[in-house]
Amino acid sequence: MRNTRRIRNTRRTLLIALAATGALVSVAACGSGSGSSSSSGDSKTYTFWDPYPQFDASSDWGKRVAQCGTQAGVKIKRTAYDTSDLGNKALLAAQQGNAPDVMLVDNPVVSTLVEAGILNKTSDLGLDTSAIQKNIIGAGTLDGSAYGIPVGANTLALYYNKKILAAAHVDPASVKDWGSLTAALAKVKAAGKKGITFSAINTEEGSFQFLPWFWGAGGDLTKLNSAEGVAALTLWKGWVDSGYAPKDVLNNTQTTSWQEFATGDYAFSENGTWQLGNADKAGFGYGIINIPAQKGGSAPVPTGGEFVTVPVQKDTGRYGVSKKIVTCLTSAGSLLATDTTLMYVAPTAAVQAQQVARNPELKPWVTAVAAARGRTSGGLGTKYPTISQPLWTAVQSALSGGKSPQGALDVAQSAAGKG
Amino acid sequence: MALNPRVGGGWSRSSPRPFGARQLAGLAFIAPLLAYLSAFYAYPLYRNLDLSLRDYTVRSFVQGDAPYSGWDNFSTVLHDPTFWPAMRNTMVFTFVSIVFQYAAGLALAVFFNRHFRLASTLRALFLIPWLLPLIVSASTWSWMFNSESGVVNYGLHLVGVDPVGWLTSPDWALTSVIVANIWIGIPFNLVILYSGLQNIPAELYEAASLDGAGAWQQFRRITFPLLRPVSAITLLLGLVYTLKVFDLIWIMTKGGPGDSSSTLATWSYQLGFGTLLPKFGPGAAVGNILILIALVFGLLYIRVQRRQES
Repeated sequence: MRNTRRIRNTRRTLLIALAATGALVSVAACGSGSGSSSSSGDSKTYTFWDPYPQFDASSDWGKRVAQCGTQAGVKIKRTAYDTSDLGNKALLAAQQGNAPDVMLVDNPVVSTLVEAGILNKTSDLGLDTSAIQKNIIGAGTLDGSAYGIPVGANTLALYYNKKILAAAHVDPASVKDWGSLTAALAKVKAAGKKGITFSAINTEEGSFQFLPWFWGAGGDLTKLNSAEGVAALTLWKGWVDSGYAPKDVLNNTQTTSWQEFATGDYAFSENGTWQLGNADKAGFGYGIINIPAQKGGSAPVPTGGEFVTVPVQKDTGRYGVSKKIVTCLTSAGSLLATDTTLMYVAPTAAVQAQQVARNPELKPWVTAVAAARGRTSGGLGTKYPTISQPLWTAVQSALSGGKSPQGALDVAQSAAGKG
Repeated sequence: MALNPRVGGGWSRSSPRPFGARQLAGLAFIAPLLAYLSAFYAYPLYRNLDLSLRDYTVRSFVQGDAPYSGWDNFSTVLHDPTFWPAMRNTMVFTFVSIVFQYAAGLALAVFFNRHFRLASTLRALFLIPWLLPLIVSASTWSWMFNSESGVVNYGLHLVGVDPVGWLTSPDWALTSVIVANIWIGIPFNLVILYSGLQNIPAELYEAASLDGAGAWQQFRRITFPLLRPVSAITLLLGLVYTLKVFDLIWIMTKGGPGDSSSTLATWSYQLGFGTLLPKFGPGAAVGNILILIALVFGLLYIRVQRRQES
């Protein structure tokens, strides 16, 4: 008897608890609802999104953003998202009608957001983009109109380990084309060391890393299975098959690929400007050369880096202040500071000169950026994502031995053709 | 849902009230649950179905004016060259995982049921895979299976076997994620089957041993048949869990190399969020197919259970 009563009591408590939770949830829902509507209607608070969760409010970047708000006479509410998350978050926010006032996005995402119709043209806002290098702003330009201003650019080059190359009797200056690079890798392997690390993972990173070789052979993204594309994939496959590159390039992100290079066992690593800080900490002498094209010279590399954009708002009266914030963030002084923090190359020649004057190590990077192309440039726009995904899949199936380079790229081309 | 009718009964017994008020009170008590169910179950399901039946582009997603396209997304997905490999991988992944998880879980449950010293400590240790956050166990497995510096290849090297490209070879990638998934799923099977064993009366074993039945016969004639209802629910739950495994595969291989370890779950994510240009419609369609498969097995379970009862 006592037992059943106790059970009934517990049941009643449980139910009351449930009811209370329900009430709480509905209260919380009301709370958040009114909160978000007030923030977007507030003329003194401007929302700002960026993909730099590594920087908090007390960092240089966080302070600069806040300061640009103060200069424009408003308070900035900054939110940082993971890069891969930001594009989808922006689409969702736009769908709900509460897109941020100013947003920094990774450059290949710009064309997707333009396709969604949620970004303003820089010319409509009256922003001046004349000083920005054409190839850098190209990634955010569609049908002749720019939809954002790059805060800086990063790209890829080859880091090399001085000690290993010296031990293998390889002169880094002798690496001028694919032939001499492969010969250098052979010598390194003969000397008992490991050749090169890169990232051939099945995400956008994999395509980003493959493009310098694809373009370096003269490949065209609209014809993946051309002889040039096959040559590039054959080069990578040859390296993996001969043991010049480890098999786990297939799982490597650019970060894990860097960690392999940082062990000090590898002669080369294809990696970006953003690793310069880590390179100084690696504990061995390193140098940088531009990625060679198939027949010599520097290969065109893809541009990385973010664009400052102004998403479409219902209340067009907000654009005036947004413009001030963008101008502040992309002013020469701000660019120099920002690009130093992020280890990016500035998008204007004037600021690049200042950067090189301060840090001569950046010289090869400035050259590389000058030869770089946007992935979505050249009229590709939102076609790029539908090409990139089959491309990284093809790289994976060829390197893992599932398909020949020609066969893999044939499949990729037919998938890309379907969109 | 199951709670409410019983509680309603309790209420009526303790305090008799006029009919209308009692009904109202009942409704008031059900309301939070209904609100919860519709907000967190019914609406997302409806949205997913809606997504899969409309032709969404990024533009129409934002503007909310995607045209109704009937079964187009499903037909796109069914005719995609990735569909059948993904379906095959899903089935292999699910069934191989479940068979091994169940077999290992049952063997361990019977073993621990013998109540030897330290049995409970050891049993607790076997629960560790369940307690670890999936990102930790998946990252650890992918490190162990690394083709260059992984401990598994190091072990093989010590016994003179050539290194295997666990995560980098299309022939091994699916096997590797299955091995990791089996390890993660054993504790779940162990716990449920062990609790099922507790309900088998000890007298049956005594009687059987008096009749001269050996350990194997006892297992075959007593343990296994009496455990059948518990086994059925374990297998069904395991099936639903395993069908939708996403994080483990995504962390270890991202469905690669190529699409050699991609399942319907990873493919659905890949379509919806894996590229710079999301394809919400086909992604939702794959998700719905996955739900449908789980539903079919759920109905099958209910049928089997009904037949057993009658």
